[in-house]
Amino acid sequence: MPEPTTPQPSRRVFLRRAGALAAASTAVAIWPRAPACAAPEAMRQAIRAVLGEAEARPGKVTLDIPALVENGNAVPLTVSVESPMSEADYVKAIHIFNEKNPQPHVISIVLGARAGRAKVASRIKLADSQQVIAIAEMSDGSFWSGSADVIVTLAACVEDLQ
Amino acid sequence: MTARIMVSVPAHAKRGEAIEIKTLISHPMESGYRVGPNGTMIPRDIIRLFTCTYNGKEVFRAELSPAIAANPFLSFFTTAVASGTLAFRWTGDNGFEATHIAEITVE
Repeated sequence: MPEPTTPQPSRRVFLRRAGALAAASTAVAIWPRAPACAAPEAMRQAIRAVLGEAEARPGKVTLDIPALVENGNAVPLTVSVESPMSEADYVKAIHIFNEKNPQPHVISIVLGARAGRAKVASRIKLADSQQVIAIAEMSDGSFWSGSADVIVTLAACVEDLQ
Repeated sequence: MTARIMVSVPAHAKRGEAIEIKTLISHPMESGYRVGPNGTMIPRDIIRLFTCTYNGKEVFRAELSPAIAANPFLSFFTTAVASGTLAFRWTGDNGFEATHIAEITVE
């Protein structure tokens, strides 16, 4: 082993550095970085929280997202639900979830018979290629779901500003 | 800093017609999951709630998550029932609040 060319730091400097190191490692232990992505399990739990005991049947909900997205920072999304939107039969709410963003929830929308058409559009962030799911809650208490798979080239949300 | 708002509402509509409303507001929608240049997390700063009221009655409500893109865009429909005002309201983190009012004439 070669001899160190720099003089050994004094005991005081050494202790100060050791203290700083200990503080830094404690900080890392207390505030770990948020998980980069929500597991599909987290999405299932979030959907379960909306559904309660009910089950969502596939159908009636159309989720329109480009299949291939270049920039995940702003992905256009349109969701439409088949419904007459009359006083007797209308869409009460639409919830949108994703698999791999840090949080599974994207947006929850409350509609009513007065909406006239159950069609909503927005722009969302996608952290990775993943599945996006929309759940529609009808006035009769039934739930319907629609999904879309998206391939994302440039991810959003979690990139660092460095 | 006041947010820039763009809202598109048809000036005239037939009674009973479903009209499309488009809204856009300038806002960073900082997700709270990004690391800044000094290595610390950038705190979350998002719009959490958007509502649209038509002559005082709420016709549309959206609860937003960090997954909504910066400068949130929302388009939706409502039935033209009477002439009057549509009031839009955005609220969010750090006491963010913005409102906009549009007039509509229904024949």
